[in-house]
Amino acid sequence: MSIPHLLVHDPKDNVGVVVVEGLEAGTEMLCVVTLDDSDFQLVARQTVPIGHKIALRDLKIGDTVIKYGHDIGRVVADVRQGEHVHVHNLKTKRW
Amino acid sequence: MTKGRKIWAYRRENGRVGIRNHVAILPVDDISNAACVSVAGNIRGTIALPHAYGRLQFGEDLDLHFRTMIGTGANPNVAACIVIGIEPDWTQRIVDGIAATGKPVAGFWIEGHGDIATIAAASRKAKEFVHLTSGQVRVECDLEELWIAAKCGESDTTTGLASCPTVGNMYDKLIPTGLHGCFGETSELTGAEHLAAARAATPDVRDKFMKTWQAYQDEVIEAHKTSDLSDSQPTRGNIAGGLTTIEEKALGNLEKIGRMVHFIDVLGPAETPARGPGLYFMDTSSAAAECCTLQAAAGYVLHIFPTGQGNVIGHPIMPVIKLTGNPRTVRLMSEHVDLDVSGIVRRELTIDQAGDALIDMIVQTANGRATAAEALGHQEFVMTKLYRSA
Repeated sequence: MSIPHLLVHDPKDNVGVVVVEGLEAGTEMLCVVTLDDSDFQLVARQTVPIGHKIALRDLKIGDTVIKYGHDIGRVVADVRQGEHVHVHNLKTKRW
Repeated sequence: MTKGRKIWAYRRENGRVGIRNHVAILPVDDISNAACVSVAGNIRGTIALPHAYGRLQFGEDLDLHFRTMIGTGANPNVAACIVIGIEPDWTQRIVDGIAATGKPVAGFWIEGHGDIATIAAASRKAKEFVHLTSGQVRVECDLEELWIAAKCGESDTTTGLASCPTVGNMYDKLIPTGLHGCFGETSELTGAEHLAAARAATPDVRDKFMKTWQAYQDEVIEAHKTSDLSDSQPTRGNIAGGLTTIEEKALGNLEKIGRMVHFIDVLGPAETPARGPGLYFMDTSSAAAECCTLQAAAGYVLHIFPTGQGNVIGHPIMPVIKLTGNPRTVRLMSEHVDLDVSGIVRRELTIDQAGDALIDMIVQTANGRATAAEALGHQEFVMTKLYRSA
């Protein structure tokens, strides 16, 4: 298998993690779901650093972000598929 | 492949297995640090353990201080111990606690003598201990006799993808053979506390875990918070590495305990496990040096530290093996990395293979291989303080 650009923990997740350095906007990413080794393609809409998350589908304010198959917080600014998900559009539901 | 692996280690008087042979020079209190550092400077083969506290503490905080001091001296990686305090009573209390293991230990106090006479007397005894212990030879022991703790730090999203699952795989393989394991970081399980609770071995242990976690929320977070903690949990380093929320960080953190093992008890800070082999949860801070210091004081002889962005932690008497799955960290900070598992994110290495590689590194380290932190001189020894002193 080629080296993936993006890893997704669980088929239920709506975000994945960039695992290569220097990922540029417009890259057609190979995405692999680690739980079942399935793969798919997705275009990165933004330049995103290694370790940071990319939305697998459009997300609206108030939506729950799912990673590891679990709730990791709420969307606080709309996100389009392929865009960077981080502190500017995702917040904790705790504390 | 794991059951039946052997290591070369030191069998202590109380039957425990140590993997280092330190002569420790342990200060009872902050004002005895200078004398301890001087003794360690005089006598090669000794190590001083300076720290910031030990005066005017009381109640539970004082109990924790004594438990940490006695536990550190009693750790099987310490062959013999010199204790130096300002006055005789607390010094003797720590000497007596360490002496219960059967190892050589001697106490000295500064009041009525001054630093110079104390340093001279303690140095003579330390030299005697070096001669006594340096000729000890390693003997063959079973791998599962080790007590191995874990904690992650400078975490990022690769920690949850690669390095923490590697540690979890190791625990899944070694805990059933009779290993003692330990995870902690009460604050950092927030967001995954329900999943952690579900890994308790019995309903009693689950209740104890949830009480411990809730007490932390009520007594520490709710009592002192001025914001949503977004500046410290996750940390700036975590955020730079791509982690956004405490829930996300907690889910990655929990990957350290594997898929199959259940924890059999909840330990207070620096409390020694008493229910035999198995995985334990300890109520600790998520700060690396505090957590490692508490786990070493509970008797753990080796630490496994998965990192994402590159934490550089070490401990003076407990070797810390660091592993990372972040290729950028491997490229930029290789001198801190004992085990590179970045092949996992390239899909070149499976978690199972990485777990086996970690077990090989554990065996080598137990046999005497210096860790990156040992070679670089990292000796972080940081006491946990529960509240202000009197």
